[in-house]
Amino acid sequence: MTTTVSALETMTIPGQDDLRQPRVFGNSFTMAWRALLKARHEPELVADAIGIPVLFTLLFTYLFGGALSGSPHEYLRFLLPGTLVMTILLITVSAGLSLNNDRNQGALDRFRSMPVWQPALIIGSLIGDLVRYLVAAALVLGLGLLMGYRPAGGIDGILLAVALILVFGFSVSWIWTSLGLVLRSAQAVSILSFTVQVPLSFASNVFVNPATLPGWLHAFVNVNPVSHLVTAERALMNGTAAVGQVGWVLLASAGLIAVFGPLTMMLYRGRQ
Amino acid sequence: MTTPAIEASGLVKTFGSTRAVDGLELTVPRGGVFGLLGPNGAGKTTTIRILATLTRPDAGQARVLGHDVRADPLAVRARISLTGQFATLDASLTGTENLVLQARLLGLSRRAARQRAGELLDAFGLADAARRAVKGYSGGMRRRLDIAVSIVVPPALLFLDEPTTGLDPRSRSQVWEMVRWLVRGGTTVLLTTQYLDEADQLCGRIAVIDHGKIIASGTPGELKASVGSGVLRVRLADPGDRESARQILEEALGVTAHPEPDPAALTARINAGDAEGDAGDAAALGMLRLSRQGIAIGTFALGQPSLDEVFLALTGHNTQDNAPEGNGT
Repeated sequence: MTTTVSALETMTIPGQDDLRQPRVFGNSFTMAWRALLKARHEPELVADAIGIPVLFTLLFTYLFGGALSGSPHEYLRFLLPGTLVMTILLITVSAGLSLNNDRNQGALDRFRSMPVWQPALIIGSLIGDLVRYLVAAALVLGLGLLMGYRPAGGIDGILLAVALILVFGFSVSWIWTSLGLVLRSAQAVSILSFTVQVPLSFASNVFVNPATLPGWLHAFVNVNPVSHLVTAERALMNGTAAVGQVGWVLLASAGLIAVFGPLTMMLYRGRQ
Repeated sequence: MTTPAIEASGLVKTFGSTRAVDGLELTVPRGGVFGLLGPNGAGKTTTIRILATLTRPDAGQARVLGHDVRADPLAVRARISLTGQFATLDASLTGTENLVLQARLLGLSRRAARQRAGELLDAFGLADAARRAVKGYSGGMRRRLDIAVSIVVPPALLFLDEPTTGLDPRSRSQVWEMVRWLVRGGTTVLLTTQYLDEADQLCGRIAVIDHGKIIASGTPGELKASVGSGVLRVRLADPGDRESARQILEEALGVTAHPEPDPAALTARINAGDAEGDAGDAAALGMLRLSRQGIAIGTFALGQPSLDEVFLALTGHNTQDNAPEGNGT
């Protein structure tokens, strides 16, 4: 131990205060690295969110495809943009979950007592999530292509559709970061996200054409934001997107960030 | 740089109807270990949270290393590290990853961060566990890593909130050794603890906190002298002898002896000045008197007064009386 004692002593001399300054980009990217490391160490957290849409894509295509659209191949053209949306929406909760864990386990206090740019923890988790969205989108689209999905919009359409879903996913994440700071346990966050998102995904135009639905449900599907998003995604992939469809999604995204961004930061700072 | 490490005056923080910190006055000089000693719920953690800029006080002022915690929290954060009561490491990440994360957040380059992580893992005896996830670490290993993380860039002031609560004796002494190393390097340490022996081992000065106020402060020696130089615990072979043994001891030592919950045990506080020898003499005299009177002694021990006894002497109430306020306030 004698050699380590002297080594440790030289390691413990304070006075490098110049190092300890907040850095907007450096801190955010370090936090994103942390989020990705955690995802890599705990892949099961991402696995279930991806498993469900993959299962639905396979199951619904072959189970109902023939009955709903004449053939599974035809139905896949309709269904795939919808399962992509479902996949991403289901994993938007992950930044909120990790923030909730950080609060409950004291990591938040550690970061708050450090000279780091304070929003970095949240921004970093969200950047980390963007990578998750990309992986999930690649999985769903890859599966679709394997099953014979050939969108009319081509590569450009797919890339634009992925870009739009990333923007929307990033915006929805802020709802969950706010709730992650309000709700007591990660389990509560998880359950809430499931109870909200599953009905929203089903009572939308993800699986069926709303024209066949009874009036009251039809009305709901038409105002459901998931429907608007799916419509825009389908149009982008089919190369028929209108400015209004995409514009609606971008506007909704901006609105979500404008409300839940400051709310999250307020909750984060306001913790006593 | 002659400002004290910490100057706090009139600090108040209430949570609902509980005054967790109630007009606290505290000055901590630079260098060495300063102990904040008190039972659960006394206000130790809230005080640390205010000083570490995590909690805003309702009233009062606090300056840490010359910077006001409310007006300039960033300047405070740049100079401190906080190691909480519960290790705040990322359990799913490895030891190395936790250290590199901290180093990168504090502005070290990727290479410098890796190198620093390696040095600290070696020095803290964690090199073998470097690549394992922290969730597989023992309590003592976690605490060591936690301290390593907080000195990745050595702070001028380190807050250690109950660093050894829940650790086994060997891990406790390892943590103490680390704290001594840090102090030799020039870091000031503010340590909270519920254990008088811990404060005694490490701290140059101690402040005793109760109900959110500092009720006594001084060196460990001064504090113990205010309570008595030692505590004699006697366990009799026959519980039936206890009453007569109590009278004999009180007469021999000139102090009050208290019966303990154990029906065969007695405790007497010895006031024999500061020297250990005097307390030993007094204890020997007491034992001699008992055996001469034909009272068979099972075991006896001369020890330091416990925190309980210090508290009883300083406040007239037991440490347990505070317990319902809970912890982590």
